[in-house]
Parts: sequence; structure tokens; C-alpha cells
Amino acid sequence: MKISRDDVLRVAELAYLDLTEAELETYRAQVDDILEYIGKLNELDTASVEPMAQVLADDQTADATLREDVVVPCAVAGEILKQAPDPEAPYFRVPKVIER
Amino acid sequence: MKGEVKEVKEVKEVKDRKVESELPGDMGTNWTIESVKAAIAAKKVSARELAAEHFKRIAARNGELNAYLTLSEERAYAQADKIDAAVAAGKALPALAGVPIAVKDVISTRGVRTTCGSKILNNYIPPYDATAVSRLEAAGAVILGKTNCDEFAMGSSNENSAYGPVQNPAAPGTVPGGSSGGSAAAVAADLAVASLGTDTGGSIRQPGAFCGIPAMMGSYGRVSRYGLIAFASSLDRIGPFARNVADVAAVLKVMAGRDPNDSTSTTAPVEDYSAELKKPVKGMKIGIPKEYFGEGMDSGVRGKISAGIELLRKLGCQVMDIQMPHTDYAIATYYIIATAEASSNLARYDGVRYGLREESDTLVATYRKTRGAGFGAEVKRRIVLGTYVLSAGYYDAYYLKGQKVRALIAQDFRNAFQNVDAIVTPTSPVPPFNLGERTNDPLQMYLADIYTVTGSLAGLPGISVPCGKICGKLPVGLQIFGPAFGEARVLQLANAFEEAGGATV
Repeated sequence: MKISRDDVLRVAELAYLDLTEAELETYRAQVDDILEYIGKLNELDTASVEPMAQVLADDQTADATLREDVVVPCAVAGEILKQAPDPEAPYFRVPKVIER
Repeated sequence: MKGEVKEVKEVKEVKDRKVESELPGDMGTNWTIESVKAAIAAKKVSARELAAEHFKRIAARNGELNAYLTLSEERAYAQADKIDAAVAAGKALPALAGVPIAVKDVISTRGVRTTCGSKILNNYIPPYDATAVSRLEAAGAVILGKTNCDEFAMGSSNENSAYGPVQNPAAPGTVPGGSSGGSAAAVAADLAVASLGTDTGGSIRQPGAFCGIPAMMGSYGRVSRYGLIAFASSLDRIGPFARNVADVAAVLKVMAGRDPNDSTSTTAPVEDYSAELKKPVKGMKIGIPKEYFGEGMDSGVRGKISAGIELLRKLGCQVMDIQMPHTDYAIATYYIIATAEASSNLARYDGVRYGLREESDTLVATYRKTRGAGFGAEVKRRIVLGTYVLSAGYYDAYYLKGQKVRALIAQDFRNAFQNVDAIVTPTSPVPPFNLGERTNDPLQMYLADIYTVTGSLAGLPGISVPCGKICGKLPVGLQIFGPAFGEARVLQLANAFEEAGGATV
């Protein structure tokens, strides 16, 4: 077994994700299957391989140099607040924050 | 699925019902960009009439197909009227003038609800347009609405949508593929002339194959991701579905090119794909990787792809066997990288600024409850997996290992493209499967992404073009990969294949 019930609980805690009892066991078993399968990567010796951290080569992006620092008007605060579940302009209201 | 073709369920109400057209003659269906432009320029049809015709077809058929989640009629008619005014004034018309286009619901549209197929964004209305969308509209396209998809683009059958599955109009009773199932179905059922999908591990190409239409992702960075709601940022790409390869080329061309709002959009020049399309393919070197023809491949698919490769030979292409030794590690690599990035990208759904909120007594409890209630099963599973592979103690064993094997897979492609101009494979090892047939085993569903995830990891352009139908029923797709920014070449080959009758091999 690659992933235990406690591992899933820890991960759900890290991801701020409520899982039901049933979900906990279902995902544990399914993710365990997947991790078991992923284990096949260990057949490959990658000690001398550089990880591929980005896709584009340096000469294919514009960011080799920094862009001009230009002010762009962006007056969407009102529109964005309209999307909020509990807005109180200019704030998003949330339940009290308690030390975990 | 081992070798046999499952009998396609007859679903009575999904048969291609004739929708009475308001337009004269055969002008109801089978529109292409070329025919739309010609008809509008010749004043045989107005952009408004064409939009209305499409909304009428959608009203008649969407109940069964579930391809669209939201229609943007007001916006569509406003745009159509602009085109019609330009026609009346005798102005030159832009590249996509009056062309009705559908947009996958993970791509932001200002003022038009964008759900990502998720409950957590049920009422979300973006305050801005994705660059791809604004470029299409600037080119005259008429945006009809937003199409159904797997939740946050996570899935291969469209069955992970919080708004229900999509029917495959090309093979009733089967899935349309995913995650861009609604976009593929909309074009296949004449509910749009073209559509936008997104591809992270095959989500454009595989539904294109399943619904029997061409579908393409350009190289990573070719089309701006600004406004594409992120799943896996190093893999996500926007690309078109259309009725033919020429239309795919035209839509891709409009969207392609550097966008200052996406730092990963490339400065590499954009070729004129439409102009390049007709260049001869005779003598083109085509690599066939033997690793893509192993076990697990449906015999019907194998037969059609063999016939497709034969057709390429007849076109004068030089077909040769090549080796891609790391192919077998691609699924494992993909599901590490994609879920890791997803777990990070989806952290933004916290119930504070937009979307669903499930109120609880503390902020943290609200986060947890909101996410627990708002995400569906596949998304939660991937958050669990992605968070795990990034977590302390496992990062090196999984995420770093995945990045290293990703480099090896990309190297396989670079090596191959030393000797060949294009690589041809099946798009999917299986034909469209029945709705509900594969939902219980996520790993089995993932394994069917084997032929598409490789090009996703390597960042290369890929297209799926129709390559016959098994028993005349189940569409098969032939996939063509090109080297980075080799879109023009991929499109040339796809176009030649299509014109030579690839769809009926």
C-alpha cells in the first residue's frame, strides 16, 4: 500500500478539502492504484537527467528582457465585488479567522 | 476494451433529427468558414440570420446532446449586426466575419457565465475576455455560447461535468470524448461552425477523434492562455475544432501569437497557415513509432490507422518506423505533473472572492466545506493525488521524478524529429465507448490517454483528423505531431490526408 488513510487525511488538511468517510476510503484506494502504477517510473535511471521545469526555450519567450513598467487602467473592482458571495465594498467579508 | 466493437446502443431521441431550417435550400447545415464568408459577402444570408439559424438548431437539439451550458444570444446578435452593417457599407470583411463559434466553458467570456463544468463556479460571470476570445471577435466571429466539458477539463469522456454528460452526435449512445466534449459535439451536430476547446493531455484531440472532426492544439505557447481558467499551466493549450482542416487552420491563425498578458506565449513568428495549407506533402518523411501500436489497442482502430498510413504512402510520403522508448512512461509522468499543477491552481477556489461559498463558523472551515461541496469526485481525487506528490517527503520521489521523465519524453521527440518531418499515431487506443461504461475505474480511464499525453508533455503541436469509422459507425482519429512551432507542416499533412479521403478509409 502506497498511501494510507492517515496520508489522505493529511493531504486533505493541506488542501483544505472536506472529505466524507466514504470519499476518504474511495479516493485512498483509487489514488493507491494510481501511485502503484506511477511506481513504474522507478525503472528509469534519471540520476543524470535535468528536470524539465518549463516548456519553452529561452529564445522563444519575450521575457529574456523585462517589459516596460507601464500603468494600465483596470477599473474592475466594482464588477469583481459583484461576484463575491459576501461583499462589503471595498472588501470581501469572511467568517472570523481563528488560529488553527 | 479488448479488440471487439461494442454494439452501439440505439438511443432513439438522439438520432440526427432534421431541424426545419428558415434558410433556403441546403443552407441549414454543413457550413464552413469559406461558405459562411461567401454567403455573407454575396448577401445570400446575413450574419444575424445565420446566428438565428444556429440558435434554432441549438434549441431543437441541445436537450438531447447537452453540448451547450450557456448561450450568449445578446452578445452574438450584437456582433452579427456589426458584421451586417459592414456588409451593407461595402467594407472589407475580417477573416471570420459572421462565423458562429462555440467556446469551451473553461475559457473566460466577459459578461457570459463561465462554469468550468463545476458547481463551484455555477454563477461565475468573468469580468474580462480570454485573449483567444477577444481575438476571434476582433476577426468577426460570432460567439454563440459556452460548451459543456469535464469539470475543470479533468476527464476523457465529458462524464465528469457537474451539468451532466454530453451525447456523441456521431455515434449515439457513446461518449463524445473529453474534456472538450461539448465543443466537439457542437461542431459535429452543426450547432456551431467551429469551436474552441482546451487540451492538457488530449482534451481537444481525443473528442475530435470520437466525434469525427478535425481538432488541433498548437505548440505550447502558440496561443495565449490569458483568460483560460487554469488546470495545469505547463500543459494547458487552447485550440480549435472545425468541420475541415482549412477551418482549423484559419481559427488557429487568428488566435496565435504573442500576448503580453501571458508571459508563456511565445514570440516565435506565426506562419500563414491557410496559405501554407496547399503545399505538397510528397516526399514528406513520416515516422511511425512502434510503441504506439502495442497491446491495449482496439483492433478496429488498428485497422483504420493502418489504412490511414497506407493513404499517406499513396500521397507520396516516405513512411518509416521510429522509436520513442519512453512512451510507456508518459501516463505516469502526466498524472504526476498535471495533478500537481492542478492542486496548486485550484487552491484559488476558496469561497471568498467568487463562486460558491458554504459558510461555516471559521474561515478555514468555510474553505474546507466550500471545496468539499463544490468540487466533483474527479477533481477531488486529483487534488488528493496532486497535493500528495508535492508534499514534504514525496516531492523528490514523484514530482521531481516526473519532471525528469518529462525531459526524457521531450528528448524522444527531439531525436525523432532529427530524421522525420512528422509523427503519425492513433489519437486514441479505443473508439468512442458507451456512456457510463468506464466511470468506475479512474486508472483505466487515464490509461486511454496514452497516445495524446506524450505530445502534451513535450509541448508539441498535434492534430487529430478523421480516419474512417469502424463498421461505419464509430469514428477513428489519426494523430499527427510536428516539431515545436511546426503547425504549418502538421496542417499541410492533415489537409492532404483529408482531401485524399482520410475520413472514409
